[in-house]
Amino acid sequence: MSNQEFPIWEVFIRSKNGLEHRHVGSLHATDATMAMENARDVYTRREEGVSIWVVESKNITASNPENQGELFEPAKDKAYRHPTFYELPIELKHM
Amino acid sequence: MKDKLYEYLLMLGDNSMILGHRLSELCGHGPSLETDIALTNISLDLFGQVRSYFQYAAELKGEATEDSIAFLRFDRDYRNVILVEQPNTDFAHVIGRQFLFDAFHLPLLEQLMKSNDEMIAAIAAKSIKESRYHLRFSSSWVKRLGDGTEESHNRMQEAINHLYPLVSELFRETETEKGMKELGIGADLELIKESFDEKVKTILSEATLEIPAVPSRQTNGKTGIHTEQMGFILAELQYMQRAYPNMQW
Repeated sequence: MSNQEFPIWEVFIRSKNGLEHRHVGSLHATDATMAMENARDVYTRREEGVSIWVVESKNITASNPENQGELFEPAKDKAYRHPTFYELPIELKHM
Repeated sequence: MKDKLYEYLLMLGDNSMILGHRLSELCGHGPSLETDIALTNISLDLFGQVRSYFQYAAELKGEATEDSIAFLRFDRDYRNVILVEQPNTDFAHVIGRQFLFDAFHLPLLEQLMKSNDEMIAAIAAKSIKESRYHLRFSSSWVKRLGDGTEESHNRMQEAINHLYPLVSELFRETETEKGMKELGIGADLELIKESFDEKVKTILSEATLEIPAVPSRQTNGKTGIHTEQMGFILAELQYMQRAYPNMQW
């Protein structure tokens, strides 16, 4: 099976209504229909989901590990961005 | 009537069981991880259907269990058609066999859902969702292989040429099927044939394949006359129960 004819697809499953789709893995398929069928067979055979998304891996733009520094480090020393410093009024519940 | 119904259940169950067994042979040997799992899933679906038919058959028969029906009959007592015994020659044969069976199985279940026998109607209603998926899977692969490369096209056409002559048996009505049809329990094979022919014509033409102009073979699996393949299948299928009677795990 050549990877050119069977490119890789990423599979996202929503485990139940109200929850978000989560990445569960990848597979090979020639087109979207086949990717959907393969996803159904490979990833939902134990009742894992109520909805499937598939997207060809090449369509995903991923961050470059080399840019780790400029992307993520500036956030490191800005703890004030966490909402933990706010005093919550007692009336406010379930936060 | 009870005997006829019992025999009819064997016909329904044996087709699914022998095809399910053939597919199970591919577990771990499929051409890719995805198709391997798909074929094994189909096999498990079919075995699930077999269990329903045989549990019901055992109830009718008395002094029988689903296991004794599945594992302790002799080859002449199996009622499956010759098509489903065909070996896994290559992936094209596996897909061709599956497609021809699915194109028959789906309209069969559509009719059985309306059976006068409530149990058969219920089993058919449960199985039909699986069967719809099986047909979608197998027809998409027939198209993919037929309309694929030169080699995949030739091999798919070869498989169809080999399997198609076995199709006529599906529609050759036996006494049992006639009796069940007249009682409104069983299906009308002529109606199934219309739907089958239509489906096969459409899919094969989309797949750029031809319906072979070969004479049909006079096979009689439904009355227990099987090919030499059956012996090998049963040897593997029955070994455990024969060697260790009543064994469980």
